[in-house]
Amino acid sequence: MSRFTELRNGARDTLPLILGAIPFGIIYGTLASAAGFSVWQALGMSLFVFAGSAQFIAISLFGAGASMAVLLLTTFVVNLRHALYSATLQPFVRHLPTRWRVPLAFWLTDETFAVVQHRYADAEQSPHKHWYFLGSCLAMYGNWQLCTLIGVAFGQAVPNLAAWGLDFAMLATFIGIVVPMLRHVPQVAAALVAGAVAVACNGLPYQLGLLVAALAGILVGVGLERRRPRLAGEGV
Amino acid sequence: MEIWLLILGMTAITFAIRYSLFAWPNLRFPPLVRQALHYVPIAVLSAIVVPVMLMPPGQGLQLNLENAYLLAGLAAIVIAAFTRNLLATIVGGMLVFFLLRWALGQLPL
Repeated sequence: MSRFTELRNGARDTLPLILGAIPFGIIYGTLASAAGFSVWQALGMSLFVFAGSAQFIAISLFGAGASMAVLLLTTFVVNLRHALYSATLQPFVRHLPTRWRVPLAFWLTDETFAVVQHRYADAEQSPHKHWYFLGSCLAMYGNWQLCTLIGVAFGQAVPNLAAWGLDFAMLATFIGIVVPMLRHVPQVAAALVAGAVAVACNGLPYQLGLLVAALAGILVGVGLERRRPRLAGEGV
Repeated sequence: MEIWLLILGMTAITFAIRYSLFAWPNLRFPPLVRQALHYVPIAVLSAIVVPVMLMPPGQGLQLNLENAYLLAGLAAIVIAAFTRNLLATIVGGMLVFFLLRWALGQLPL
């Protein structure tokens, strides 16, 4: 397939996931506006950071008065899952020059990862699969900026928006991400332990409870998984 | 100004994570690290969600039927378990949340 066909197909196959990202983008813009971000700051975060869940949390934490250190540490922990995407796609992009690898990494999101991984697994030999990757990236990126602007406009039009509890959108989002991952005992145990420890450690300064809880959950999950044989077809 | 510094820091951290293995084409994570990475989203997101459900913003522990965060959160968990669909969970959860807050007279109307 030609470069252009790959690019177009990448964008086309990302469309269903873009539909799911539209409400996030709009809610993000609305929350940013309610938290006191200017149009340029709200858009700037979408343009430069380009990580939906991290942007959501940063806005919520910022609104709650968290320190810069907590905000950055949380960004790191929340985005750590991208290291796995980076590792999984590495064999397919390692031959590309830096001018390709840098932008593709910058635009690597959950949605693009899902779509692109599928294309690389396709048996068809094509030297231009990275153009498909790029098409998916550009579609996600463009949509995210547009939705951010719509959300900011909405947030500025509706007064007292912060009191409505739009922060629940973040909880619903995370629940929607986590619950489908809880397929076996170690995953369920990791979620329960992390949640319980987070509640118990809520009084710790600088929101250190979040880190202690995350660590406890990971240790319990890995520990339980190592104690039993791995099921066929489980994991990446 | 502080917001722009925050954006700069978040940009650097996010890009560093995404570029990590693209930057060194021959580097591989050891199996234990890969295994632990699988639990990162589960543990981190649960550690964020559970305290907010039990202790809504600006309040202490609220284990009662007036807590819309708790009830709507449980509804979202049920929706997610049955549909396994992110958008359905968000839309359904928000709907339950706002209906509850409206019924409990907690909306600024």
